[in-house]
Amino acid sequence: MTDTPLIQIENMTYHRGERAIFNGLNLTIMAGKTTAIMGPSGTGKTTLLKLIGAQLKPDGGRVLFHGEDIHKMPQKELYNARQKMGMLFQSGALFSDLSVFDNVAFPLREHTNLPRSIIRTIVLMKLNAVGLRGARDLMPSELSGGMGRRVALARAVALDPEMVMYDEPFTGQDPISMGVLMKLINTLNKSLKLTSVVVSHDVAEVTSIADYCYVLAQGKVMAEGTPEELNQNSSETVSQFMQGSPDGPVPFHFPADDYMADLQESVKR
Amino acid sequence: MIKLAQSLGTRTLDTMATAGRAGRLLMQSILRLPRFKDVYLTYVQLYSIGVQSLLIIAVSGLFIGMVLGLQGYTTLVKFGAESALGPLVALSIVRELGPVVAALLFAGRAGSALTAEIGLMKATEQLASMEMMAVNPVHRIIAPRFFAGIIAMPLLAAIFSAIAIIGGSLVGVNWLGVDSGGFWSAMQGAVDWENDVINGIIKSGVFGFFVTWIAVFRGYDCVPTSEGISRSTTQTVVHSSLAILALDFLLTTLMFGDIV
Repeated sequence: MTDTPLIQIENMTYHRGERAIFNGLNLTIMAGKTTAIMGPSGTGKTTLLKLIGAQLKPDGGRVLFHGEDIHKMPQKELYNARQKMGMLFQSGALFSDLSVFDNVAFPLREHTNLPRSIIRTIVLMKLNAVGLRGARDLMPSELSGGMGRRVALARAVALDPEMVMYDEPFTGQDPISMGVLMKLINTLNKSLKLTSVVVSHDVAEVTSIADYCYVLAQGKVMAEGTPEELNQNSSETVSQFMQGSPDGPVPFHFPADDYMADLQESVKR
Repeated sequence: MIKLAQSLGTRTLDTMATAGRAGRLLMQSILRLPRFKDVYLTYVQLYSIGVQSLLIIAVSGLFIGMVLGLQGYTTLVKFGAESALGPLVALSIVRELGPVVAALLFAGRAGSALTAEIGLMKATEQLASMEMMAVNPVHRIIAPRFFAGIIAMPLLAAIFSAIAIIGGSLVGVNWLGVDSGGFWSAMQGAVDWENDVINGIIKSGVFGFFVTWIAVFRGYDCVPTSEGISRSTTQTVVHSSLAILALDFLLTTLMFGDIV
């Protein structure tokens, strides 16, 4: 493993309407490592991946990919950078009009001039890696949620990217699918020497495969460290999140007016 | 009063911003070097936009031609001018009804389908995943649909007009007994290739351009929720229909205004 940073986020701010999603976020993702980004729902974990992939533009600060500001790249350069990134969307985002085979072949057909036979071989290898070589002729509508995500994973690594971003890969999966996905992510990381960014709130699962973790809350990094360091962290916010306690500094409720006053308003009306 | 001015200002700014985004989408779609793959993608879209609209275009054309033949005959026969039925049917259809009705049907059938398809692709993150695979969705999804719409519309309007004229002759000649030779020869003499047929084709090309532009833009710009897609699909049909009728008046004035 190297200690070279692949992604550096420096003092990034991002607002959705009036609400600040990130407020001076600083974060580094090392090349060749699996970095977990955790945090309660609504902390902007998916938004962070979109900002890294330059699908969204920050209001302030910068995101460096290989030391270059990704939001200042011209389109051609940005697209070259994106070919080095794979992304596994929460929904899988498979193309519904293409078969499993064609979905995985899509990036290869778009970005390479490889002969059909080579493309077929690569696609079958990728599908075999996720255990779905036999499902190559199925349409996305015929797949279960877990299978769809595995196909999306095969598609995300079709161009052998340097980095793969996983958006909530374990959400809504049954224990078997979750185990298979964890094993796959681990195997792909090790065999392809990938840099992985796993966004999740499944603490136990994500910490079991991560080299380094960040816990986000209130638009900032609340804690960071190896999974062991985080488990031993004495901060109330971190231990509330790691142990899943309902009471603590991270509020369960979205900011609102006083509860009693709100209810009394119904009586007045 | 201030609130009214404020809401008027907001709406104006929103409209301007929407027009700007639509213009940018159009420029991104057409201002680039075409690739060989684009031909295949456009061909595939020609099938779903053009060929699959054929049934509604053909059936509507037939009935509109038949109604025109019947209405024209009942009026013309009062003046003993039923021999003018051929020119009446042909000129009404080639100049106006063909391009306009075919475009209205095209907006309802293909335009709404385009908006819903693109909107759903946006809602299911297919467009976002394409972008993350370094494939520009405007080039891969929007442009082929846009070009297919521009190509399909004049062809559909031509088929509509041909079938409508056959419908007119079925009622006029085969049913009501107008002389066949007179019907067709009077039509041949009255319809001018350049002034009538070519102008009709130009009209349908312009309608195709605007209907497809509105449809792909509404899909691409929609709020990616079920309600947002539904609203955008409705907007496509409403805005396209109004644009077709307004443009028809404008084009008719330009093309046939000097006759008056």
